[in-house]
Amino acid sequence: MAIFGPIVGLRTRLQKEGLYIDPQWLMVFFLVIGSALGRFLINLNSSRKTEIAFVKNTKLRISNYFSNKGKHIAITGFLFAVAYPFLPFTDRYLLDVGIMVLTYIMLGWGLNIVVGLAGLLDLGYVAFYAVGAYSFALLSTTFGWSFWICLPLAGIFAAFAGILLGFPVLRLRGDYLAIVTLGFGEIVRIILLNWYDLTGGPDGIGGISRPSFFGLPFTNNLKEGENSFHTFFNLEYSTAHKLIFLYYLILILALVTNFFTLRIRKLPVGRAWEALREDEIACKSLGVNPTNTKLTAFAIGAMFGGFAGAFFATKQTFVSPESFTFIESAIIVAIVVLGGMGSQTGVVLAAIFLIGFTEVFRELEQFRMIAFGLAMVLIMLFKPKGILSNREPTIKLHGDKK
Amino acid sequence: MLDIKNIQTFYGKIQALRDVSIKVNSGEIVSLIGANGAGKSTLLMTVSGINKPREGVIIFEGKNIEKEEPHKIVKLGISQSPEGRRIFSKLTVEENLKLGSNIYENGRNYLNDIKEIFELFPVLSDRKTQRGGTLSGGEQQMLAIGRALMARPKMLLLDEPSLGIAPKLVNQIFVAIKNINKEKKVTIFLVEQNAKKALELADRAYVLVNGKVTIQGTGQELLKNQDIQAAYLEGGG
Ligand SMILES: Nc1ncnc2c1ncn2[C@@H]1O[C@H](COP(=O)(O)OP(=O)(O)OP(=O)(O)O)[C@@H](O)[C@H]1O
Ligand SMILES: [Mg+2]
Repeated sequence: MAIFGPIVGLRTRLQKEGLYIDPQWLMVFFLVIGSALGRFLINLNSSRKTEIAFVKNTKLRISNYFSNKGKHIAITGFLFAVAYPFLPFTDRYLLDVGIMVLTYIMLGWGLNIVVGLAGLLDLGYVAFYAVGAYSFALLSTTFGWSFWICLPLAGIFAAFAGILLGFPVLRLRGDYLAIVTLGFGEIVRIILLNWYDLTGGPDGIGGISRPSFFGLPFTNNLKEGENSFHTFFNLEYSTAHKLIFLYYLILILALVTNFFTLRIRKLPVGRAWEALREDEIACKSLGVNPTNTKLTAFAIGAMFGGFAGAFFATKQTFVSPESFTFIESAIIVAIVVLGGMGSQTGVVLAAIFLIGFTEVFRELEQFRMIAFGLAMVLIMLFKPKGILSNREPTIKLHGDKK
Repeated sequence: MLDIKNIQTFYGKIQALRDVSIKVNSGEIVSLIGANGAGKSTLLMTVSGINKPREGVIIFEGKNIEKEEPHKIVKLGISQSPEGRRIFSKLTVEENLKLGSNIYENGRNYLNDIKEIFELFPVLSDRKTQRGGTLSGGEQQMLAIGRALMARPKMLLLDEPSLGIAPKLVNQIFVAIKNINKEKKVTIFLVEQNAKKALELADRAYVLVNGKVTIQGTGQELLKNQDIQAAYLEGGG
């Protein structure tokens, strides 16, 4: 910290001149907290193994409850997440924030497949979020199909977008890959902005239907003879029901993403991702097809981004290009990197930190940007242990070892 | 079985292989020796399809493979333990081995094959759940050979398996190579700088100098060859 202090201070000032107008002490304060957290997250990364076991075996998990810190954190987090809507201090607003945090956790987990497992730095992940959201919006408003039909379709569309991006970037690595994916994210946004006939351009698409609880809508204006959620269960009508439902919906979607990731790691394709990240030539000499392997990573990562996008669309009932700017991609990447590249628990903590905290202190507008700038500084600081250095030195290491 | 004919391979403008022709018959152990930078690894990478030759053909069991993609070549029956071992350091020993069987849907035959690898290299069995990067050099070499065997090759390409390994372990590895050839009936194409060991093991051998094959013959012939003794065996090996 003593060594990094001046470096951080310097960077901060540079950023401040370029981007922000906030007093510097605030920045320094957050840098201190932030780097402490960063270190904590990095330490946490080492408990990744145990965390995998945690999700896999519930019974074992309980019996070993106290013997293992990683499991301990994960199960506590899970129980907290389940109980969250009913905790005494959770009001509508906090529930909203919770939904938002979970959305970003899901996006972080989705991107983690591409960045953390396959080692492909994707700075345009928001494109798939957008494709999912718009596919959902269009399908739902044009055909009037229900949430549960549109959701998988939105995922499929996003997966196609992932393959579309995957093809041209197959041969690119590191920085080049990052730049092209960044461009892809912008292209998608610009298409959404300009294809007026289909997307409504800057006006976006409104009137997207909300999901229903097995066919029971969350509404108070019922026609004669129709049931809604509250009449069916004999409850007072409350808008909170809808929010709580949305909360559990995204919780489930996020957990599915997590579970899927942990499973696929054990399958040939998941192993190939991790191996490909380390050494492409070794993979080739063993019969791994790098093209298919990378495309699958892009497609699957994109699919989960698409699911999250569909959720976003149904929650907002409105989508517009404004929601899918580069800053979203950057936040998601920041979550993955801060979380420690490939660590599922790390993503959760980073998402809570980045989204939760900036959201709770929303009144201070620039505050969000500070936290974000901070995350970026951290990435720069930890980059040697993070993204770009993760692959090539690994290869060198092998070559150099006598 | 493998017929390499008049291969020329380039790195940009630098020519690494000049008109190389080598034959490997089914069941043989063929060694290729040569100094640093002679082009040995380039040749193996060309056979594996990772480098493409500019001229010449490579025929494996009657099929032209010089333009084939690497993973297809592995499927046809040629796998490689590359120079420097290239172990996946973050994956466990078991996961490294599983990767070798990736060409089969869901790692078919995995359990059976891994048992055979562990019989061949018992030390790997003890290290099963350890990360590849934490193994010693010799253990990594065994893992690299085992990993390549998991693809069930008809022909195994070995690039300098003795590189940077203690003499005792080198002996053990060469015994294993012989074993793989005799018991498992895998044809071996071995590249080595350790000329003495490689020639003792080989049925036939080639010498590569500056990208050209200069001498060929049986292993015994080459061991007795004056030029080879002067250049590769004196004081070495
Ligand atoms: N990727 C590359 N790009 C450019 N030149 C290369 C590359 N790889 C190898 N070369 C050159 O090709 C020639 C043959 O190299 P190669 O690695 O095949 O030699 P080698 O016989 O395996 O040597 P060693 O015993 O040191 O492993 C060398 O002159 C080398 O510098
Ligand atoms: Mg070599």
